[in-house]
Amino acid sequence: MATPMNTPPARFDAREASKWFFRHGHTGWLGLRFADQGENWVELELPWREDLLGDASRPVLASGPIISLMDMASGMAIWQASGSFNPVATLDLRVDYQRPARERASVRGRVECYRRTRSAAFVRGIAHDGDPEDPVAHVAGVFMTIAADPRKANPALRGGGGDD
Amino acid sequence: MTEPLELPAYARSLGVSQCGEDGGMPLLTVDFGPTVEGRPAHYHGGATAGLLEAAGYAALRTALLAAGRDPQLKPINITVQYLAAGKSRPSFAVGRITRLGRRNANVAVEAWQDDRSRPIASAVMNILMDEGR
Repeated sequence: MATPMNTPPARFDAREASKWFFRHGHTGWLGLRFADQGENWVELELPWREDLLGDASRPVLASGPIISLMDMASGMAIWQASGSFNPVATLDLRVDYQRPARERASVRGRVECYRRTRSAAFVRGIAHDGDPEDPVAHVAGVFMTIAADPRKANPALRGGGGDD
Repeated sequence: MTEPLELPAYARSLGVSQCGEDGGMPLLTVDFGPTVEGRPAHYHGGATAGLLEAAGYAALRTALLAAGRDPQLKPINITVQYLAAGKSRPSFAVGRITRLGRRNANVAVEAWQDDRSRPIASAVMNILMDEGR
């Protein structure tokens, strides 16, 4: 590795981060892959797999792994938009399913972080199976930044409101 | 106790199983492990959502069976609220039918770990029921 360990971390890059994000854990098990990225958006791919089906009668991906795909793409879109890898926690995630994915099709999730405040980040996106103009699902979500604890940043707020 | 339902392939792959019932609805559980891990020693939000969704469908299937119905279920939407971090221990979830109509159902689901009164996540699901399968 060319970069010494004590060098300040480079700007968050979804393509680079994907190399180690998807090696283990839930997203590694799902087999998520990096697809594309922009200034404030990330697109990931969920490959079709026999054991991710939601309905025995049809060879289409279950809706559950699509939530995982969109949740991960949301987090990475936030890091992409902010340029840094600060932990975030999903507060609320809504998925509107437009139609089932095509049979044996992998699904791509493209999410943009359209607004960030000091403590929250707002995302929206689509899941599609080839044509972004004909989405499988629409997604909207709100994430909280974990690092920014207002009670620590502002002593006047200590003890008032909020919890763990 | 009613016969355990067969869970969808995705739920089974994730490691979700039925461990009992709660108020007549299937009580589902998943153990902590690599398939559900997000940041180290915590559940991935998507895995928690997978457990909630499986419990929602299991509750609806149970209510439909009791009514002598066997429609194909199609997701309309799901809204997941994350209430606390899921730590490295088993999680549980159960669904409640808020409304069972002819064409669509509204299901509320809650997931928790060791304390039932401190849920880690909840979800509301709207599900379309297609009888003409």
